[in-house]
Amino acid sequence: MMILAADELLAARYQMALSLGFHIVLSCFGVAFPAMIYVLHRRGIRNDDPEALALAKKWGKAAAVLFAVGAVSGTILSFEMGLLWPGLMSTYGDVIGLPFALEGIAFFLEAIFIGIYLYGWGRLRPEVHLRTLIPIMASGLFGTFCILTVNAWMNAPAGFTLLPDGTVTDVDPIAAMFNDALWQQFTHMYVATFIVAGFLTASVYAVGMLRGRRDRSHRLGFTVPFAFAAVAALVQPFVGHVAGMRLDTDQPSKLAAMELATETEDNAPVVIGGVLIDGEVRGGIEIPKLASLLAGNSFDTVITGLDDIPADEQPPVNIVHWSFQIMIAAGTTMAAIGIWWWWRRRRATEPGGEFDSPWFLRATVLAGVLSVVALEAGWITTEVGRQPWIVYGVMRTEDAVTSNSGVWISLAVMVVVYTSMAVVGSRVLLGMARRWREDDSLDLPTPYGPSGVLQSDARDPEAVG
Amino acid sequence: MSLADVAAALMFLGVVAYAILGGADFGSGVWDLLAGGPREGAHLRSQIDRSIGPVWEANHVWLIYVLVFLWTAFPTAFGAIMTTLFIPWLLVGLGIVLRGGAFAFRKFSGSVREAQLHGAVFAASSVVTPFFLGMIAGAVASGRVPADGSGDVWDSWTGPTSWVGGALAVLTVAFLAATFLAADAERGGDHALAGEIGTKAFWSGLVTGAVALVAALAIELDAETLADGLHTRGLVFVIGSAVAGLATLVLLRQRRWAIARLTAVGAVGAIVVGWGVAQYDWLLVDELTIADAAGARATLIGLIIVFAVAAVTAVPALIWLFVLVNQDEWSTTDH
Repeated sequence: MMILAADELLAARYQMALSLGFHIVLSCFGVAFPAMIYVLHRRGIRNDDPEALALAKKWGKAAAVLFAVGAVSGTILSFEMGLLWPGLMSTYGDVIGLPFALEGIAFFLEAIFIGIYLYGWGRLRPEVHLRTLIPIMASGLFGTFCILTVNAWMNAPAGFTLLPDGTVTDVDPIAAMFNDALWQQFTHMYVATFIVAGFLTASVYAVGMLRGRRDRSHRLGFTVPFAFAAVAALVQPFVGHVAGMRLDTDQPSKLAAMELATETEDNAPVVIGGVLIDGEVRGGIEIPKLASLLAGNSFDTVITGLDDIPADEQPPVNIVHWSFQIMIAAGTTMAAIGIWWWWRRRRATEPGGEFDSPWFLRATVLAGVLSVVALEAGWITTEVGRQPWIVYGVMRTEDAVTSNSGVWISLAVMVVVYTSMAVVGSRVLLGMARRWREDDSLDLPTPYGPSGVLQSDARDPEAVG
Repeated sequence: MSLADVAAALMFLGVVAYAILGGADFGSGVWDLLAGGPREGAHLRSQIDRSIGPVWEANHVWLIYVLVFLWTAFPTAFGAIMTTLFIPWLLVGLGIVLRGGAFAFRKFSGSVREAQLHGAVFAASSVVTPFFLGMIAGAVASGRVPADGSGDVWDSWTGPTSWVGGALAVLTVAFLAATFLAADAERGGDHALAGEIGTKAFWSGLVTGAVALVAALAIELDAETLADGLHTRGLVFVIGSAVAGLATLVLLRQRRWAIARLTAVGAVGAIVVGWGVAQYDWLLVDELTIADAAGARATLIGLIIVFAVAAVTAVPALIWLFVLVNQDEWSTTDH
């Protein structure tokens, strides 16, 4: 029975990881993409720039697809809170529910104004239409804040008293929201959304430019998101550093795993690479004293080692260590690509002329991939690093998981559905891009509508059977 | 009225809103399924796309609203519902993902074939989702969800009240959607299409009424507490729903689509409110009362404040959206 229960726990964790790992990429677009559309749209109407306006309209249509999938994958997460983790929600639902309710408002505003924006072309006055993007951006910011309060609370629980008999009392939902980890985690994630949406979008245009499509529209589509991402990628290392600084006191087990610290010590080294096998670090390069310096801005900072953390309170060390290092490596590379761009831009005499280097465009494509890698790796670091706790130091994940035995089946279903969604969604987006290239018309006639059916009637009578 | 009662009432407001607004969106998918091949269904499908395209994401948030209220104000009840009704919730979740994704994919499909595939997924999941939501409602209303979540994973939601709940949910949303679509088509100037959908509305309304009578019988036999409530303080809502439903049928016959839509909303809203009033003060019928399920007092107060904030932020925006989509220039095609 014990083994069965452990298996169900694993299935539940995989399912949550899959759904969150999928949703987190889409939510980056939901939060950051509207700002990029805003820049183009504003330029389009203020500078009378039809190319910028056309790009804004295209991005709006692409956003419609991404946001729709984001909205429904977000809904699944709210189901899973109860389906997979009833123990967490039954016990702490009223402690951490309030930010979810506030996030509901953000979600409402986002969904309402997205509907208005997407269908507002030609129906609203241009200035009013442009301004409908502002509440979308604001609710992206606020929604990120609300969700991160909850995640930060799981790392730094506050706002309640746990009695010895297991009951929760003295609930203070405001204190729970404004816990010690909130601001660092929120800023880190918010900046990340711009890196991901920016580099991914820029990389699409970089591919187009590498294939010889170097018209102004491609340059615009490249430059705007790239600029957002480049700024964010340069800020992020500092934000991340601050986010990590609370760990030595608040979450020593997570820090020990991230740094592969086997013994408690000051002047602790950073270990690059390396794996922990039977309690010993194999391989890896040590940089003396750096971990202490990074954790507390001083060589004297003591980093708790795994030897001082009970075995049943340690996270899966190697996963946390490697995902942390992958995040750092990817983040550093992206920051370097950002610096490269700023440097080239400063030296360029002719605006726009500096992006023709194929190597730079290839680097941007790489940055697009790395942005997602860094996002997922960073998220794995914080989530897996919190294990075995679902609420750090208070509730174990195994005590929160559902008693249902069907989790492996639901996991299998989710894998199939999410894989198909990813494949089909990419196909649809690529198809949209192809049709835009082939035809100057911005509108994509719906094939199932009267005009679409008539068109395909003429071309391909077979298809209408 | 206690704080917990207020929170429960606000949560139930979300149930009513989702049943009407989300319901009309789901119901549109039901008609999409029945619209026939690409050629004969083209006009109706385009109308469905125009009608629900701008609003479906906003209407969908009501479900999130209800879930969040439930886990914040009544955490143990949320845990119990999600544990006992694991399977139908999973199917609802699956339906929601497939429906939302496929609806967006269909709009931008490159070929008729592709659009047919996405359209089929969208339409089929529009039937499946309300059906299982109805079954879930039936499980709660017939007292089959124990407070500790230990209900049988199959039997709890496959009783008679669940089956009629599922059937009634699908029929109701189809009826509601047809009245919405008829009014929208009329405003868009397509009188022929309005008449066509209006006829669907009439017949589906008739069938829904007939099935509601069967449902009433099933509830009498299967869900005693709910039946008692419906005889007493819920009665006025049951009668109100019946009257509004009959009025809708008459108005549909007179081709007065815009007013028929309002009475249809009244009929559906009244019966959902009637259900809530009838099972008061149970949150999980026969198992857990609202008072016993209530979470921390500070959180309940916070939640009511959040609702007030939503009322002054999201509600005006929502009204603006509905005003916009009901303007003439929003009722015609994009291109």
